[in-house]
Amino acid sequence: MSDETIGTVAGVDALDVARWQFAITTVYHFLMVPLTIGLSVVVAVMQTALVRTGQRRYLAMTKFWGKLMLVNFAMGVVTGIVQEFQFGMAWSSYSMFVGDVFGAPLAMEGIVAFMVESTFLGLWIFGWDRLPARIHLACIWAAALASSASAYFIVAANSWMQHPVGVELVAGRPRLTSIWAVLTNSTALTAFPHAVAGGFVVAGVFLVGISAWHLWRGRTEDDQDRTVWTGALRFGGWVGVAAFAALALTGDAQGKLMFSQQPMKMAAAEALCHTAAPAGFSIFAYGDVSRPDCEHVKSVTVPALLSFLAHGDFSTKVDGVTPLVERYRAEYGANYPTDPALGALSGKPIDYVPVLPVTYWGFRLMIGFGALAAATALLMLWLTRRGRIPRSRWFPVVGLVAIAAPFLGNSFGWIFTETGRQPFVVAPNPSGVDGVWMFTAQAVSPGVSTGEMLTSLIALTVVYGTLAAVEGYLLMRYARAGVSGVLPPSDESDEPTDVLAFAY
Amino acid sequence: MDLPTLWFALIAALWLGYFFLEGFDFGVGILMSSLARDDTERRVVLNTIGPVWDGNEVWLIVATAGTFAAFPAWYATTLSAAYLPVLMILLALVGRGVAFEYRGKVDNVRWRRAWDTVLLVGSLVPPAGWGLVLTAMATGVPIDASGVLRGGPFALFTPLAVLGSLAVLGFSIAHGAVFLALKTEGEIRARAATAVRKIGPVCLLPMVVLVILLQARNGSWWTLAVAMPSLVATTAAMLRARAGRDGQAFVLFGVLLAGTMTLLFGSEFPTIVTSTIDSAFSLTVRNSSSSPYTLGVITWLAAFCAPIVLAYQSWSYWVFRRRIGTRHIPEAHVP
Ligand code: HDD
Ligand code: HEM
Ligand code: HEM
Repeated sequence: MSDETIGTVAGVDALDVARWQFAITTVYHFLMVPLTIGLSVVVAVMQTALVRTGQRRYLAMTKFWGKLMLVNFAMGVVTGIVQEFQFGMAWSSYSMFVGDVFGAPLAMEGIVAFMVESTFLGLWIFGWDRLPARIHLACIWAAALASSASAYFIVAANSWMQHPVGVELVAGRPRLTSIWAVLTNSTALTAFPHAVAGGFVVAGVFLVGISAWHLWRGRTEDDQDRTVWTGALRFGGWVGVAAFAALALTGDAQGKLMFSQQPMKMAAAEALCHTAAPAGFSIFAYGDVSRPDCEHVKSVTVPALLSFLAHGDFSTKVDGVTPLVERYRAEYGANYPTDPALGALSGKPIDYVPVLPVTYWGFRLMIGFGALAAATALLMLWLTRRGRIPRSRWFPVVGLVAIAAPFLGNSFGWIFTETGRQPFVVAPNPSGVDGVWMFTAQAVSPGVSTGEMLTSLIALTVVYGTLAAVEGYLLMRYARAGVSGVLPPSDESDEPTDVLAFAY
Repeated sequence: MDLPTLWFALIAALWLGYFFLEGFDFGVGILMSSLARDDTERRVVLNTIGPVWDGNEVWLIVATAGTFAAFPAWYATTLSAAYLPVLMILLALVGRGVAFEYRGKVDNVRWRRAWDTVLLVGSLVPPAGWGLVLTAMATGVPIDASGVLRGGPFALFTPLAVLGSLAVLGFSIAHGAVFLALKTEGEIRARAATAVRKIGPVCLLPMVVLVILLQARNGSWWTLAVAMPSLVATTAAMLRARAGRDGQAFVLFGVLLAGTMTLLFGSEFPTIVTSTIDSAFSLTVRNSSSSPYTLGVITWLAAFCAPIVLAYQSWSYWVFRRRIGTRHIPEAHVP
């Protein structure tokens, strides 16, 4: 509230720390999320094949990829819990402002998605010998689809921050008038398939990379697991390529929405300073993109492509940063209100330009890493056509390195989306409800001191860092051990015993 | 009952469900190292909750998200005022959740010991922390007009809040012990049953005292109608445990918990968060609820989903109803 409770530590204030904390913890959560979303469906498909054919090959696949999924899932769950509380802890003003709207999708996510996900995954993990095969199979499908359902609800919540709909302004706060409008927000309906497709690129390339390594390692022997790896590689490869196509299509739809809903984000994605018609799409820029004065930036552009991304033709005018700043100042104010809660920003001019190098490069790295991943998947499919196994060392190396690409693509996608929204935490909706927006600087908890915020930032970063190392180590260990690491050789004996099929 | 009151009651019920279900999970985590003599026994203890702990934890998520949706100011004020205690709880939950999944993934004594410690601490901190935070917010803390806690983080540690912390922690231990007596066989079961008899009364004492204090402080006739049976149930629970009827004791413990939750949330009604600076700063069911439309939306949601959730969670307990003993534990098979 006042300076005595907030204060600054070494020149940073609580707002900066809260932003870093939110960014670090969500980006971290979103390393696990796409792998869970994609891999859970992939494992469910493998187990469906197992139930239909009874082949050992599909049993091995289900067990192997299922184990890796679970190692990752545990981290997805625990990092998600932190997110659920963080809005109230660090962003209490935000929570009070949006509570009437924002809590409902979170409650839906909890009761519709997380309950199903956690209960049925428990049944799946421990139910191998307790449940009939078809019911056991239904459990993994339930958990997998619930993962995607959770993505839908949280993306709907996030989309409302990008494009508020279904509300009216009452006593200075948005009040929900239509939950249907929130759940069918055009922003949500394009962002959701985009985010889920991002998960499938991750899962696909994950399958490709690990399978390539196993195939290559067993290339000279008479490897009885070979069909397990060829099957997974080809399946993963096609999943990855198809999901990338879906990303491009949905991303294109998002671009068109962004052009009308958040024009400044569009200009920031391109570091486009002056209005252009037709506008070219910048592929690569050198010089300093950080200030929109355009004097020092040289950019390699594809003519008129940005016009196409924005509006579906090759002539549309796309506004640049400089004219947009004027428009935003006129509509949303030139200065922050004078309010002690705003600390150093109180009464200061509002900077409407997002951090341009982050948005510009974030957008390109999102697409670039995704394209790299899809290209690798295609290459691997071609290299293994008609049962071939390349002898070159590069085959497994490229496969394994490529696993990182779609993770990075997803992270940069969110970094772009979220930083491009700044300085708003709830961006104004230019064509819809009037007057509903909130600046990030007003969103932070007034009562939490910089010291407390720093404590949590450091504690969470250290714990997350340690756990990242542990998860990476376990994934590597299981990935390397292959089928024998998850299927005990004695599994064949069919005599009934009391021993559990699986126990912690 | 109007919608805000209904939602206040539902949120109290969600916390009750959370403490009832995850209470024994926490107890099991706390007792694991002291009740089990070797690694196989530890695994027996751990596997009693293996399939269900994550589903139990989601009750917390739903309680929190439900609070956000129905009473945004309650959600925002509590979590920002109790910033550091909630951080501790979250770190504990993070470590604990990972410990379940990772403990058995490497066959190495030091690895397992390390995770056992994480599990112990991770099971101690959340019940103690939630007991502290919920009791403090309900019974009174220095909250100012904008919902900011005055006087630093230690302002939460009122005597009543510390008692609340011990109450939830003690309850969890007793509940975990009786759960283990119900779900294991052989020596572990005998040891758990002994633990219920020996430490049960001590563990439940803070909760009993809390019920009495809350009733004396601000209770009314209807809270008394809840307080009395819960005290009777506690006595009955100990007697049933002595008679070896662990199932009945388990349920009777739940009655004590239900009584406590009712008093904790209900004895200040319609106040939700009590400010000791000025009662005008307190949050009430009226001044902090969401709009009727939003409450209507989540009421429909709850009406449709809650029965389904209860059905499949019960089914999952049914599937895993069998007692576990050392003979069920497979050999460790890790790469
Ligand atoms: C696009 C998808 C997506 C996004 C943007 C987020 N999450 Fe998430 N979350 C999932 C998709 C997901 C998931 C796939 O459903 C997870 C990941 C791994 C898992 O176990 O479930 C999950 C887990 C998960 C859990 C644990 C659930 C459990 O115990 O089973 C919580 C409480 C949250 N998340 C909450 C959040 C919050 C508050 C977010 C906003 C910042 C958030 N997540 C972003
Ligand atoms: C999981 C994927 C997500 C990632 C990777 C992500 C990333 C980020 C990043 C990088 C920031 C910092 C931006 C800045 O300060 O410049 C941020 C801020 C924020 N995001 Fe997200 N976000 C994600 C999802 C969400 C969702 C789903 C919500 C809401 C439901 C959300 C709400 C917020 C809020 C409240 C802030 C703080 C205000 C701010 O500094 O912008 N984010 N996020
Ligand atoms: C192929 C061309 C692609 C285009 C044209 C594209 C377009 C977009 C756009 C315009 C947004 C921002 C939406 C907004 O903030 O309004 C976005 C967000 C995002 N992108 Fe992409 N994208 C592409 C590929 C990818 C790839 C390959 C990945 C991951 C591997 C990815 C992951 C994400 C994520 C996670 C977000 C943030 C969440 C969301 O809004 O869905 N994108 N993308």
